Amino acid sequence: MISLTSPVRTSAHCWPAGAKLLGLCIATAMLFAIDNLLVQGLVFAFVSLLYALPGKAFLFAGLRQMKLLWLFVFVVGLWHIWTAEYELGASIVLRMLSAVGLANLVTMTTRLSDMIDFVKKITIPLRWIGLNSQVLALAIALVIRLTPVLVERGGQLTHAWKARSTRVPNWRIISPFTVLALDDADHVAEALRARGGFNSLEEI
Amino acid sequence: MEKNVAHIALFAALIAALGLIPKVTLAFGVPITAQSLGVMLCGTILGSKRGALAVLLFLLLVAIGLPLLSGGRGGLGLFVSPSAGFLIGWPIAAFVTGLIVEKWRSAPLALVASLASIIGGILVMYVFGIVGMSITLEKSLVEATGLVTAFILGDFLKAIIAGMLTSAMAKARPSSVLSRSEPADAV
Repeated sequence: MISLTSPVRTSAHCWPAGAKLLGLCIATAMLFAIDNLLVQGLVFAFVSLLYALPGKAFLFAGLRQMKLLWLFVFVVGLWHIWTAEYELGASIVLRMLSAVGLANLVTMTTRLSDMIDFVKKITIPLRWIGLNSQVLALAIALVIRLTPVLVERGGQLTHAWKARSTRVPNWRIISPFTVLALDDADHVAEALRARGGFNSLEEI
Repeated sequence: MEKNVAHIALFAALIAALGLIPKVTLAFGVPITAQSLGVMLCGTILGSKRGALAVLLFLLLVAIGLPLLSGGRGGLGLFVSPSAGFLIGWPIAAFVTGLIVEKWRSAPLALVASLASIIGGILVMYVFGIVGMSITLEKSLVEATGLVTAFILGDFLKAIIAGMLTSAMAKARPSSVLSRSEPADAV
């Protein structure tokens, strides 16, 4: 599966994931504390510069990720033009774009393997409430492996529907889809147990 | 243990797959992304704890950068966007939905699962979603509620469908509806 990490190498790819995430938390908290429109504008310009620095391909990949916000920008913009609170509207839109932009930047410059290592590391203390970080890592791998399998199953069910009916597939198709997923879960559990189960994970 | 983890992982993958399969149409020809239906099913089929864990696992994968949300969205940006409240509310929605199905055993499963999905998957989820929107967009709670009401009807239909699917599942694989297959006090 293709993750959202950018194939364009930047120096930020080598920074530790934990530091980037901590920096992101602090930056986001600060963004919500800034009231001044000029400072908001400067922060937005800085974030835009960060996207532009690694080159065109990186910038466009980043812009594609920001697409999810256009509807919100549109609604908030319209709202504040209607109420004539232009400054407040501009500040909300700028902060939203900067906050999401910065977070996407961390996603784009951190490899999936680094993220998983980081998750494994920070979940070690959760052992005392019964969460084994090795099991969590295995569960992550299972989801990554099984999602394409389920998508393919969904495609096959849609084809089977279309071969037998002139109507478009509707929600009823989710029923066999879920039954297949449940059967798969049983097979996966048996396969895990046959290979020693989670007891063997402790030795890794 | 292995069985629990397999179920949690498979349902996390199911939510992902529901966002990626070609869109299915709801009644009246309204196209839906079925992912919030997946969240409801996690609750009604897996039960409170496993359901919430499956949704959490799915969100963790989205957060670490996999484009698993419908429309190929993913990454940390979603968790600070105006719709972040809905995502944060998802595991709690699945938990509440599952809890109701586990505890309320006197009525038919389809009815209980539908009502549980309405309370968990709509009421609880929208409370989180609306608070999230009101914070990120600096709107009052009433104004934020106005922005999302358009989606409630679609979710209402999904909750009914979740109830029917759960009841169909109980017929196809009686032991698979884990929220009901264990005694109430053991859950």
